[in-house]
Amino acid sequence: MFPENLTFSIAGWVNDGVDALVSNYGDVFRHISDTLLWAIINLETLLRLTPWWLMLAIVGAIGWHATRKILSTLLIVGLLFLVGAVGLWDKLMQTLALMMVATVISVLLGIPLGILAARSNRLRAVMMPLLDIMQTMPSFVYLIPVLMLFGLGKVPAIFATVIYAVPPLIRLTDLGLRQVDREVMEAINAFGANPWQQLFGVQLPLAMPSIMAGINQTTMMALSMVVIASMIGARGLGEDVLVGIQTLNVGKGLEAGLAIVILAVVIDRITQAYGRTRHGEQK
Amino acid sequence: MTPVALDKIEVRNVFKVFGSREKEVMTLLREGLKKEQVLAQTGCVVGVNDLSLSIRAGEVFVIMGLSGSGKSTLVRHLNRLIDPTSGQILVDGENILDYDMPALRQFRRHKISMVFQGFGLLPHRNVLENVAYGLKVRGESKGQCNERARHWISMVGLQGYEQAFVQQLSGGMRQRVGLARALATDTDIILMDEAFSALDPLIRAEMQDQLLELQRTLEKTIVFITHDLDEALRIGNRIAMLKDGQLIQVGTPQEILLSPADDYVERFVQRHRARLI
Repeated sequence: MFPENLTFSIAGWVNDGVDALVSNYGDVFRHISDTLLWAIINLETLLRLTPWWLMLAIVGAIGWHATRKILSTLLIVGLLFLVGAVGLWDKLMQTLALMMVATVISVLLGIPLGILAARSNRLRAVMMPLLDIMQTMPSFVYLIPVLMLFGLGKVPAIFATVIYAVPPLIRLTDLGLRQVDREVMEAINAFGANPWQQLFGVQLPLAMPSIMAGINQTTMMALSMVVIASMIGARGLGEDVLVGIQTLNVGKGLEAGLAIVILAVVIDRITQAYGRTRHGEQK
Repeated sequence: MTPVALDKIEVRNVFKVFGSREKEVMTLLREGLKKEQVLAQTGCVVGVNDLSLSIRAGEVFVIMGLSGSGKSTLVRHLNRLIDPTSGQILVDGENILDYDMPALRQFRRHKISMVFQGFGLLPHRNVLENVAYGLKVRGESKGQCNERARHWISMVGLQGYEQAFVQQLSGGMRQRVGLARALATDTDIILMDEAFSALDPLIRAEMQDQLLELQRTLEKTIVFITHDLDEALRIGNRIAMLKDGQLIQVGTPQEILLSPADDYVERFVQRHRARLI
Protein backbone atom coordinates (compact mmCIF):
# COMPACT_ATOMS: atom_id res chain seq x y z
CA MET A 1 0.00 0.00 0.00
CA PHE A 2 1.16 3.51 -0.76
CA PRO A 3 1.54 5.42 2.55
CA GLU A 4 -1.54 7.48 3.32
CA ASN A 5 0.31 10.58 4.50
CA LEU A 6 2.09 11.00 1.16
CA THR A 7 -1.05 11.10 -0.96
CA PHE A 8 -2.78 14.19 -2.17
CA SER A 9 -5.51 15.03 -4.65
CA ILE A 10 -5.93 17.84 -7.11
CA ALA A 11 -9.55 16.92 -7.72
CA GLY A 12 -10.94 19.38 -5.14
CA TRP A 13 -9.09 22.33 -6.56
CA VAL A 14 -9.92 21.57 -10.15
CA ASN A 15 -13.58 21.22 -9.21
CA ASP A 16 -13.54 24.60 -7.43
CA GLY A 17 -11.80 26.17 -10.42
CA VAL A 18 -14.30 24.83 -12.90
CA ASP A 19 -17.21 25.86 -10.66
CA ALA A 20 -15.84 29.40 -10.47
CA LEU A 21 -15.36 29.46 -14.23
CA VAL A 22 -18.91 28.32 -14.85
CA SER A 23 -20.52 30.80 -12.43
CA ASN A 24 -18.34 33.80 -13.37
CA TYR A 25 -17.82 33.40 -17.09
CA GLY A 26 -20.84 31.32 -18.01
CA ASP A 27 -22.29 34.14 -20.12
CA VAL A 28 -19.14 34.51 -22.18
CA PHE A 29 -19.08 30.81 -22.92
CA ARG A 30 -22.76 30.84 -23.72
CA HIS A 31 -22.09 33.60 -26.23
CA ILE A 32 -19.25 31.70 -27.91
CA SER A 33 -21.43 28.65 -27.93
CA ASP A 34 -24.30 30.47 -29.64
CA THR A 35 -22.06 31.89 -32.33
CA LEU A 36 -20.57 28.50 -33.06
CA LEU A 37 -23.95 26.85 -33.07
CA TRP A 38 -25.24 29.43 -35.53
CA ALA A 39 -22.32 28.64 -37.90
CA ILE A 40 -22.81 24.89 -37.66
CA ILE A 41 -26.56 25.00 -38.12
CA ASN A 42 -26.33 27.27 -41.15
CA LEU A 43 -23.70 25.09 -42.76
CA GLU A 44 -25.68 21.99 -41.98
CA THR A 45 -28.86 23.45 -43.44
CA LEU A 46 -27.00 24.50 -46.54
CA LEU A 47 -25.48 21.06 -47.03
CA ARG A 48 -28.79 19.31 -46.44
CA LEU A 49 -30.70 21.63 -48.77
CA THR A 50 -28.21 21.09 -51.57
CA PRO A 51 -29.65 18.44 -53.91
CA TRP A 52 -27.72 15.18 -53.68
CA TRP A 53 -26.73 15.21 -57.36
CA LEU A 54 -25.36 18.75 -57.08
CA MET A 55 -23.40 17.74 -54.00
CA LEU A 56 -21.94 14.76 -55.82
CA ALA A 57 -21.07 17.00 -58.77
CA ILE A 58 -19.31 19.50 -56.47
CA VAL A 59 -17.33 16.78 -54.70
CA GLY A 60 -16.51 15.27 -58.10
CA ALA A 61 -15.24 18.63 -59.35
CA ILE A 62 -13.08 19.11 -56.25
CA GLY A 63 -11.82 15.54 -56.59
CA TRP A 64 -10.89 16.12 -60.21
CA HIS A 65 -9.19 19.42 -59.42
CA ALA A 66 -7.14 17.74 -56.67
CA THR A 67 -6.22 14.41 -58.22
CA ARG A 68 -6.48 15.00 -62.00
CA LYS A 69 -7.34 11.35 -62.35
CA ILE A 70 -10.62 10.11 -63.79
CA LEU A 71 -10.53 6.85 -61.85
CA SER A 72 -9.98 8.50 -58.46
CA THR A 73 -12.72 11.02 -59.15
CA LEU A 74 -15.19 8.32 -60.14
CA LEU A 75 -14.26 6.29 -57.07
CA ILE A 76 -14.82 9.27 -54.77
CA VAL A 77 -18.22 10.06 -56.29
CA GLY A 78 -19.23 6.40 -56.43
CA LEU A 79 -18.43 5.82 -52.75
CA LEU A 80 -20.48 8.83 -51.69
CA PHE A 81 -23.34 7.66 -53.89
CA LEU A 82 -23.21 4.35 -52.04
CA VAL A 83 -23.66 6.13 -48.70
CA GLY A 84 -26.74 7.84 -50.07
CA ALA A 85 -27.98 4.53 -51.45
CA VAL A 86 -28.07 2.94 -47.97
CA GLY A 87 -30.18 5.86 -46.74
CA LEU A 88 -27.55 7.71 -44.74
CA TRP A 89 -27.25 10.82 -46.93
CA ASP A 90 -28.81 13.19 -44.41
CA LYS A 91 -26.65 11.94 -41.56
CA LEU A 92 -23.59 12.10 -43.80
CA MET A 93 -24.27 15.79 -44.39
CA GLN A 94 -24.68 16.40 -40.64
CA THR A 95 -21.37 14.71 -39.91
CA LEU A 96 -19.70 16.55 -42.77
CA ALA A 97 -20.91 19.91 -41.42
CA LEU A 98 -19.63 19.12 -37.95
CA MET A 99 -16.32 17.96 -39.31
CA MET A 100 -15.88 20.96 -41.59
CA VAL A 101 -16.45 23.42 -38.77
CA ALA A 102 -14.04 21.51 -36.52
CA THR A 103 -11.44 21.43 -39.29
CA VAL A 104 -11.78 25.14 -40.04
CA ILE A 105 -11.33 25.97 -36.35
CA SER A 106 -8.37 23.59 -36.16
CA VAL A 107 -6.74 25.23 -39.18
CA LEU A 108 -7.35 28.73 -37.80
CA LEU A 109 -5.71 27.70 -34.52
CA GLY A 110 -3.20 25.14 -35.70
CA ILE A 111 -1.36 26.92 -38.48
CA PRO A 112 -0.65 30.14 -36.53
CA LEU A 113 0.42 28.11 -33.48
CA GLY A 114 2.63 25.97 -35.70
CA ILE A 115 4.23 29.10 -37.15
CA LEU A 116 4.88 30.44 -33.65
CA ALA A 117 6.34 27.10 -32.54
CA ALA A 118 8.69 27.10 -35.52
CA ARG A 119 9.95 30.58 -34.61
CA SER A 120 10.68 30.00 -30.94
CA ASN A 121 12.36 26.97 -29.43
CA ARG A 122 11.15 27.97 -25.99
CA LEU A 123 7.50 28.15 -27.01
CA ARG A 124 7.92 24.82 -28.78
CA ALA A 125 9.32 23.24 -25.62
CA VAL A 126 6.22 24.35 -23.71
CA MET A 127 3.79 23.46 -26.44
CA MET A 128 4.90 19.93 -27.28
CA PRO A 129 4.03 18.34 -23.91
CA LEU A 130 0.69 20.16 -24.01
CA LEU A 131 -0.01 18.63 -27.40
CA ASP A 132 0.90 15.22 -26.01
CA ILE A 133 -1.65 15.75 -23.24
CA MET A 134 -4.31 16.84 -25.71
CA GLN A 135 -3.77 13.72 -27.77
CA THR A 136 -3.57 11.18 -24.97
CA MET A 137 -5.95 12.50 -22.31
CA PRO A 138 -9.17 10.48 -22.61
CA SER A 139 -11.65 12.83 -24.19
CA PHE A 140 -14.31 12.19 -21.54
CA VAL A 141 -12.09 13.91 -18.97
CA TYR A 142 -12.29 17.27 -20.69
CA LEU A 143 -15.79 16.65 -21.94
CA ILE A 144 -17.16 16.99 -18.40
CA PRO A 145 -16.08 20.64 -17.93
CA VAL A 146 -16.83 21.44 -21.57
CA LEU A 147 -20.35 20.11 -21.05
CA MET A 148 -20.71 22.26 -17.94
CA LEU A 149 -19.68 25.35 -19.89
CA PHE A 150 -21.45 24.79 -23.18
CA GLY A 151 -24.24 22.36 -22.40
CA LEU A 152 -25.08 19.29 -24.47
CA GLY A 153 -25.04 19.18 -28.24
CA LYS A 154 -22.92 20.16 -31.19
CA VAL A 155 -20.73 22.83 -29.59
CA PRO A 156 -19.02 20.65 -26.96
CA ALA A 157 -18.66 18.04 -29.69
CA ILE A 158 -16.77 20.56 -31.80
CA PHE A 159 -14.58 21.49 -28.84
CA ALA A 160 -13.70 17.92 -28.05
CA THR A 161 -12.96 17.29 -31.71
CA VAL A 162 -10.72 20.35 -32.05
CA ILE A 163 -8.74 19.49 -28.91
CA TYR A 164 -8.11 16.02 -30.26
CA ALA A 165 -7.57 16.96 -33.89
CA VAL A 166 -5.42 20.10 -33.76
CA PRO A 167 -2.11 18.69 -32.42
CA PRO A 168 -0.95 16.95 -35.61
CA LEU A 169 -1.52 20.13 -37.59
CA ILE A 170 0.54 22.19 -35.14
CA ARG A 171 3.32 19.60 -35.18
CA LEU A 172 3.43 19.24 -38.93
CA THR A 173 3.28 23.00 -39.56
CA ASP A 174 6.20 23.42 -37.16
CA LEU A 175 8.10 20.58 -38.82
CA GLY A 176 7.43 21.83 -42.34
CA LEU A 177 8.65 25.32 -41.53
CA ARG A 178 11.74 24.04 -39.78
CA GLN A 179 12.62 21.83 -42.73
CA VAL A 180 12.77 24.68 -45.23
CA ASP A 181 16.29 24.63 -46.68
CA ARG A 182 18.62 26.79 -44.59
CA GLU A 183 20.42 28.13 -47.62
CA VAL A 184 17.15 29.21 -49.26
CA MET A 185 16.29 31.15 -46.10
CA GLU A 186 19.76 32.65 -46.05
CA ALA A 187 19.41 33.65 -49.70
CA ILE A 188 16.09 35.43 -49.35
CA ASN A 189 17.41 37.13 -46.22
CA ALA A 190 20.46 38.28 -48.16
CA PHE A 191 18.17 39.89 -50.74
CA GLY A 192 16.40 41.84 -47.99
CA ALA A 193 13.09 40.01 -47.73
CA ASN A 194 11.13 41.19 -44.69
CA PRO A 195 9.59 38.65 -42.26
CA TRP A 196 6.23 38.88 -44.03
CA GLN A 197 7.78 38.18 -47.44
CA GLN A 198 9.80 35.34 -45.95
CA LEU A 199 6.78 33.68 -44.36
CA PHE A 200 4.19 34.03 -47.09
CA GLY A 201 6.47 34.05 -50.13
CA VAL A 202 8.77 31.21 -49.22
CA GLN A 203 8.34 29.41 -45.90
CA LEU A 204 4.63 28.60 -46.07
CA PRO A 205 4.65 27.59 -49.76
CA LEU A 206 7.66 25.33 -49.18
CA ALA A 207 6.10 23.86 -46.03
CA MET A 208 2.81 23.28 -47.83
CA PRO A 209 3.18 19.50 -48.35
CA SER A 210 3.79 19.10 -44.63
CA ILE A 211 0.94 21.45 -43.69
CA MET A 212 -1.43 19.62 -46.01
CA ALA A 213 -0.38 16.34 -44.38
CA GLY A 214 -1.27 18.01 -41.08
CA ILE A 215 -4.70 19.06 -42.35
CA ASN A 216 -5.19 15.54 -43.64
CA GLN A 217 -4.35 14.12 -40.21
CA THR A 218 -6.63 16.67 -38.56
CA THR A 219 -9.60 15.68 -40.70
CA MET A 220 -8.93 12.00 -40.08
CA MET A 221 -8.76 12.50 -36.33
CA ALA A 222 -11.86 14.68 -36.41
CA LEU A 223 -13.72 11.82 -38.07
CA SER A 224 -12.52 9.39 -35.45
CA MET A 225 -14.26 11.57 -32.85
CA VAL A 226 -17.65 11.29 -34.56
CA VAL A 227 -18.97 8.56 -32.30
CA ILE A 228 -17.87 10.29 -29.10
CA ALA A 229 -19.41 13.50 -30.42
CA SER A 230 -22.73 11.73 -30.87
CA MET A 231 -22.59 10.53 -27.25
CA ILE A 232 -22.91 14.15 -26.13
CA GLY A 233 -25.74 14.90 -28.45
CA ALA A 234 -24.27 15.76 -31.83
CA ARG A 235 -26.31 14.17 -34.59
CA GLY A 236 -24.94 12.41 -37.64
CA LEU A 237 -23.39 9.10 -38.58
CA GLY A 238 -21.99 8.54 -35.09
CA GLU A 239 -25.53 8.48 -33.78
CA ASP A 240 -26.33 5.42 -35.88
CA VAL A 241 -23.23 3.64 -34.65
CA LEU A 242 -24.27 4.43 -31.10
CA VAL A 243 -27.84 3.25 -31.66
CA GLY A 244 -26.41 0.15 -33.31
CA ILE A 245 -24.42 -0.59 -30.16
CA GLN A 246 -27.29 0.15 -27.81
CA THR A 247 -29.80 -2.03 -29.66
CA LEU A 248 -27.33 -4.76 -30.63
CA ASN A 249 -28.13 -3.99 -34.24
CA VAL A 250 -24.78 -5.01 -35.72
CA GLY A 251 -25.88 -4.40 -39.31
CA LYS A 252 -27.00 -0.85 -38.69
CA GLY A 253 -23.84 -0.07 -36.77
CA LEU A 254 -21.71 -1.50 -39.57
CA GLU A 255 -23.50 0.52 -42.23
CA ALA A 256 -22.94 3.76 -40.37
CA GLY A 257 -19.38 2.74 -39.54
CA LEU A 258 -18.63 2.07 -43.19
CA ALA A 259 -20.17 5.42 -44.12
CA ILE A 260 -17.71 7.12 -41.74
CA VAL A 261 -14.87 5.21 -43.35
CA ILE A 262 -16.04 6.28 -46.81
CA LEU A 263 -16.16 9.91 -45.75
CA ALA A 264 -12.65 9.52 -44.36
CA VAL A 265 -11.36 7.94 -47.57
CA VAL A 266 -12.88 10.68 -49.72
CA ILE A 267 -11.45 13.50 -47.62
CA ASP A 268 -8.13 11.72 -47.30
CA ARG A 269 -7.72 11.30 -51.05
CA ILE A 270 -8.61 14.91 -51.74
CA THR A 271 -6.39 16.48 -49.06
CA GLN A 272 -3.48 14.19 -49.89
CA ALA A 273 -3.70 15.08 -53.54
CA TYR A 274 -3.51 18.78 -52.65
CA GLY A 275 -0.51 18.06 -50.45
CA ARG A 276 1.54 16.69 -53.30
CA THR A 277 3.63 19.42 -54.82
CA ARG A 278 3.68 20.18 -58.49
CA HIS A 279 6.23 22.27 -60.42
CA GLY A 280 7.86 19.14 -61.89
CA GLU A 281 9.28 18.28 -58.48
CA GLN A 282 8.45 14.62 -58.85
CA LYS A 283 10.94 13.62 -61.52
CA MET B 1 39.42 61.51 -47.31
CA THR B 2 40.08 60.09 -50.80
CA PRO B 3 41.94 56.97 -49.71
CA VAL B 4 39.00 56.03 -47.48
CA ALA B 5 36.53 56.55 -50.32
CA LEU B 6 38.50 54.15 -52.51
CA ASP B 7 37.88 51.31 -50.09
CA LYS B 8 34.46 49.94 -50.84
CA ILE B 9 34.48 47.61 -47.87
CA GLU B 10 36.60 47.87 -44.78
CA VAL B 11 36.72 45.23 -42.10
CA ARG B 12 38.26 46.40 -38.83
CA ASN B 13 39.35 44.04 -36.05
CA VAL B 14 36.44 41.69 -36.46
CA PHE B 15 36.05 38.78 -34.04
CA LYS B 16 33.37 36.13 -34.25
CA VAL B 17 32.89 33.61 -31.48
CA PHE B 18 30.26 30.86 -31.73
CA GLY B 19 28.97 29.78 -28.35
CA SER B 20 27.59 31.23 -25.17
CA ARG B 21 30.79 32.34 -23.41
CA GLU B 22 31.68 35.20 -25.75
CA LYS B 23 33.21 37.58 -23.22
CA GLU B 24 35.45 34.95 -21.67
CA VAL B 25 36.66 33.89 -25.10
CA MET B 26 37.38 37.48 -26.11
CA THR B 27 39.73 37.97 -23.16
CA LEU B 28 41.46 34.66 -23.91
CA LEU B 29 41.92 35.69 -27.57
CA ARG B 30 43.34 39.07 -26.54
CA GLU B 31 45.82 37.17 -24.36
CA GLY B 32 46.94 35.48 -27.56
CA LEU B 33 45.50 31.99 -27.22
CA LYS B 34 45.04 29.90 -30.36
CA LYS B 35 41.76 28.64 -31.77
CA GLU B 36 42.30 25.05 -30.53
CA GLN B 37 43.24 26.19 -27.02
CA VAL B 38 40.10 28.32 -26.81
CA LEU B 39 37.98 25.40 -27.99
CA ALA B 40 39.53 23.09 -25.40
CA GLN B 41 39.09 25.59 -22.57
CA THR B 42 35.62 26.98 -23.28
CA GLY B 43 33.98 24.78 -25.88
CA CYS B 44 33.48 27.86 -28.08
CA VAL B 45 34.47 27.92 -31.73
CA VAL B 46 36.34 30.95 -32.98
CA GLY B 47 35.09 31.76 -36.48
CA VAL B 48 36.97 34.96 -37.18
CA ASN B 49 39.92 36.13 -35.10
CA ASP B 50 40.96 39.80 -35.13
CA LEU B 51 40.66 40.22 -38.84
CA SER B 52 41.13 43.49 -40.71
CA LEU B 53 41.16 44.00 -44.45
CA SER B 54 39.98 46.44 -47.06
CA ILE B 55 38.44 45.78 -50.42
CA ARG B 56 38.63 48.36 -53.22
CA ALA B 57 35.78 49.40 -55.44
CA GLY B 58 35.63 47.47 -58.71
CA GLU B 59 38.05 44.70 -57.83
CA VAL B 60 37.55 40.96 -57.62
CA PHE B 61 38.74 40.16 -54.12
CA VAL B 62 39.23 36.48 -53.42
CA ILE B 63 39.18 35.08 -49.90
CA MET B 64 40.96 31.72 -49.77
CA GLY B 65 41.47 29.10 -47.15
CA LEU B 66 40.82 25.49 -46.24
CA SER B 67 37.41 24.50 -44.98
CA GLY B 68 37.02 25.66 -41.40
CA SER B 69 39.27 28.65 -41.96
CA GLY B 70 36.34 31.02 -41.44
CA LYS B 71 35.99 32.29 -44.99
CA SER B 72 32.26 31.59 -45.34
CA THR B 73 31.71 33.06 -41.89
CA LEU B 74 33.66 36.16 -42.84
CA VAL B 75 31.76 36.77 -46.06
CA ARG B 76 28.44 36.52 -44.21
CA HIS B 77 29.57 39.40 -42.03
CA LEU B 78 29.63 41.68 -45.06
CA ASN B 79 25.84 41.57 -45.43
CA ARG B 80 25.26 40.73 -41.78
CA LEU B 81 23.81 37.29 -42.24
CA ILE B 82 26.16 36.83 -39.27
CA ASP B 83 26.88 39.58 -36.77
CA PRO B 84 30.42 39.84 -35.37
CA THR B 85 31.16 39.50 -31.68
CA SER B 86 33.23 42.66 -31.87
CA GLY B 87 34.74 44.93 -34.51
CA GLN B 88 33.58 47.25 -37.26
CA ILE B 89 32.50 46.70 -40.85
CA LEU B 90 32.40 49.76 -43.09
CA VAL B 91 30.77 49.83 -46.50
CA ASP B 92 31.18 53.12 -48.39
CA GLY B 93 32.42 54.58 -45.12
CA GLU B 94 29.30 53.64 -43.13
CA ASN B 95 29.45 51.19 -40.27
CA ILE B 96 26.82 48.64 -41.25
CA LEU B 97 26.72 47.32 -37.68
CA ASP B 98 24.93 50.54 -36.70
CA TYR B 99 22.01 49.71 -39.00
CA ASP B 100 18.70 48.70 -37.46
CA MET B 101 16.61 46.02 -39.19
CA PRO B 102 14.82 48.31 -41.73
CA ALA B 103 18.11 50.03 -42.65
CA LEU B 104 19.80 46.66 -42.98
CA ARG B 105 17.05 45.45 -45.30
CA GLN B 106 17.47 48.56 -47.47
CA PHE B 107 21.21 47.93 -47.52
CA ARG B 108 20.71 44.30 -48.61
CA ARG B 109 18.14 45.27 -51.23
CA HIS B 110 20.14 48.00 -52.93
CA LYS B 111 23.81 47.66 -52.18
CA ILE B 112 24.85 44.06 -51.80
CA SER B 113 23.77 40.75 -53.27
CA MET B 114 24.99 37.21 -52.90
CA VAL B 115 25.53 33.94 -54.78
CA PHE B 116 25.51 30.72 -52.76
CA GLN B 117 27.39 27.43 -53.01
CA GLY B 118 24.17 25.38 -52.89
CA PHE B 119 22.45 27.98 -55.09
CA GLY B 120 19.72 28.89 -52.58
CA LEU B 121 17.08 29.09 -55.31
CA LEU B 122 13.35 28.91 -54.70
CA PRO B 123 12.11 25.47 -55.78
CA HIS B 124 8.49 26.62 -56.08
CA ARG B 125 9.28 29.43 -58.48
CA ASN B 126 10.41 29.30 -62.11
CA VAL B 127 13.67 30.73 -63.44
CA LEU B 128 12.13 34.10 -64.33
CA GLU B 129 10.62 34.54 -60.86
CA ASN B 130 13.85 33.42 -59.21
CA VAL B 131 15.92 35.95 -61.11
CA ALA B 132 13.37 38.67 -60.40
CA TYR B 133 13.24 37.82 -56.69
CA GLY B 134 15.55 40.59 -55.46
CA LEU B 135 13.61 43.15 -57.51
CA LYS B 136 10.24 41.90 -56.36
CA VAL B 137 11.31 42.00 -52.72
CA ARG B 138 12.26 45.65 -53.00
CA GLY B 139 8.88 46.44 -54.50
CA GLU B 140 9.58 47.09 -58.17
CA SER B 141 6.72 46.85 -60.65
CA LYS B 142 5.95 43.56 -62.33
CA GLY B 143 6.87 44.90 -65.75
CA GLN B 144 10.19 46.20 -64.49
CA CYS B 145 10.93 42.89 -62.74
CA ASN B 146 10.21 40.85 -65.84
CA GLU B 147 12.17 43.10 -68.14
CA ARG B 148 15.28 43.15 -65.94
CA ALA B 149 15.02 39.43 -65.24
CA ARG B 150 14.72 38.56 -68.94
CA HIS B 151 17.72 40.73 -69.71
CA TRP B 152 19.93 38.99 -67.15
CA ILE B 153 18.67 35.54 -68.04
CA SER B 154 19.88 36.12 -71.58
CA MET B 155 23.15 37.66 -70.33
CA VAL B 156 24.02 34.44 -68.50
CA GLY B 157 22.94 32.38 -71.51
CA LEU B 158 19.70 30.87 -70.24
CA GLN B 159 17.21 32.33 -72.71
CA GLY B 160 14.41 29.87 -73.41
CA TYR B 161 14.47 28.54 -69.84
CA GLU B 162 12.42 31.36 -68.28
CA GLN B 163 9.49 29.12 -67.43
CA ALA B 164 11.55 26.12 -66.28
CA PHE B 165 11.63 25.11 -62.62
CA VAL B 166 14.90 24.83 -60.76
CA GLN B 167 14.64 21.03 -60.41
CA GLN B 168 14.68 20.67 -64.16
CA LEU B 169 18.06 22.41 -64.53
CA SER B 170 21.61 21.06 -64.23
CA GLY B 171 23.98 22.35 -61.54
CA GLY B 172 25.73 24.74 -63.90
CA MET B 173 22.46 26.15 -65.13
CA ARG B 174 21.20 26.56 -61.58
CA GLN B 175 24.22 28.60 -60.65
CA ARG B 176 23.68 30.77 -63.73
CA VAL B 177 20.24 31.47 -62.31
CA GLY B 178 21.87 32.32 -58.96
CA LEU B 179 24.31 34.64 -60.72
CA ALA B 180 21.55 36.29 -62.77
CA ARG B 181 19.52 36.83 -59.60
CA ALA B 182 22.45 38.62 -57.98
CA LEU B 183 23.23 40.68 -61.09
CA ALA B 184 19.60 41.66 -61.68
CA THR B 185 19.48 43.72 -58.48
CA ASP B 186 22.34 45.82 -59.89
CA THR B 187 24.09 46.20 -56.55
CA ASP B 188 27.62 47.57 -56.31
CA ILE B 189 28.80 44.58 -54.32
CA ILE B 190 28.35 40.88 -55.07
CA LEU B 191 29.36 38.23 -52.56
CA MET B 192 30.08 34.82 -54.01
CA ASP B 193 30.37 32.06 -51.42
CA GLU B 194 32.11 29.11 -53.10
CA ALA B 195 29.77 29.85 -55.96
CA PHE B 196 31.44 27.46 -58.39
CA SER B 197 32.73 24.80 -55.98
CA ALA B 198 29.77 22.47 -56.47
CA LEU B 199 30.21 22.42 -60.26
CA ASP B 200 32.29 19.99 -62.27
CA PRO B 201 35.65 21.31 -63.59
CA LEU B 202 34.64 22.11 -67.18
CA ILE B 203 31.47 23.93 -66.19
CA ARG B 204 33.41 25.69 -63.48
CA ALA B 205 35.98 27.03 -65.95
CA GLU B 206 33.14 28.14 -68.20
CA MET B 207 31.45 29.99 -65.34
CA GLN B 208 34.74 31.64 -64.36
CA ASP B 209 35.17 32.89 -67.93
CA GLN B 210 31.65 34.17 -67.96
CA LEU B 211 32.12 35.99 -64.67
CA LEU B 212 35.31 37.65 -65.91
CA GLU B 213 33.61 38.57 -69.16
CA LEU B 214 30.69 40.18 -67.30
CA GLN B 215 33.00 41.89 -64.84
CA ARG B 216 34.89 43.60 -67.69
CA THR B 217 31.83 45.73 -68.43
CA LEU B 218 30.12 45.79 -65.03
CA GLU B 219 33.05 46.63 -62.75
CA LYS B 220 31.30 45.41 -59.63
CA THR B 221 33.07 44.89 -56.35
CA ILE B 222 33.12 41.12 -56.09
CA VAL B 223 34.09 39.23 -52.96
CA PHE B 224 34.73 35.67 -54.03
CA ILE B 225 35.24 32.79 -51.63
CA THR B 226 37.05 29.66 -52.74
CA HIS B 227 39.28 26.86 -51.47
CA ASP B 228 40.87 26.40 -54.88
CA LEU B 229 44.04 28.41 -55.57
CA ASP B 230 43.77 27.88 -59.35
CA GLU B 231 40.38 29.54 -59.27
CA ALA B 232 41.66 32.31 -57.03
CA LEU B 233 44.60 33.05 -59.31
CA ARG B 234 42.41 33.00 -62.38
CA ILE B 235 39.77 35.48 -61.33
CA GLY B 236 41.22 37.46 -58.42
CA ASN B 237 42.74 40.92 -58.61
CA ARG B 238 43.84 40.38 -55.03
CA ILE B 239 43.80 37.33 -52.82
CA ALA B 240 43.48 37.08 -49.05
CA MET B 241 44.69 33.88 -47.39
CA LEU B 242 42.79 32.83 -44.28
CA LYS B 243 43.72 30.30 -41.62
CA ASP B 244 41.86 29.60 -38.38
CA GLY B 245 39.92 32.82 -38.83
CA GLN B 246 43.06 34.91 -39.09
CA LEU B 247 44.41 36.76 -42.09
CA ILE B 248 47.76 35.30 -43.17
CA GLN B 249 48.49 37.24 -46.33
CA VAL B 250 46.87 39.65 -48.77
CA GLY B 251 48.31 40.29 -52.19
CA THR B 252 48.02 40.10 -55.95
CA PRO B 253 48.18 36.61 -57.48
CA GLN B 254 51.80 37.28 -58.35
CA GLU B 255 52.74 38.27 -54.81
CA ILE B 256 51.09 35.15 -53.44
CA LEU B 257 52.91 32.92 -55.93
CA LEU B 258 56.31 34.55 -55.65
CA SER B 259 56.48 35.32 -51.95
CA PRO B 260 54.15 33.17 -49.88
CA ALA B 261 54.01 34.53 -46.33
CA ASP B 262 54.31 31.21 -44.48
CA ASP B 263 54.18 27.41 -44.75
CA TYR B 264 50.40 27.38 -45.02
CA VAL B 265 50.38 29.59 -48.11
CA GLU B 266 53.50 27.83 -49.41
CA ARG B 267 51.66 24.50 -49.39
CA PHE B 268 48.88 25.88 -51.60
CA VAL B 269 51.44 27.37 -53.98
CA GLN B 270 53.45 24.17 -54.21
CA ARG B 271 50.40 22.15 -55.10
CA HIS B 272 49.60 24.69 -57.76
CA ARG B 273 53.14 24.44 -59.22
CA ALA B 274 53.06 20.65 -59.11
CA ARG B 275 49.87 20.66 -61.12
CA LEU B 276 51.35 22.96 -63.74
CA ILE B 277 54.22 20.52 -64.36
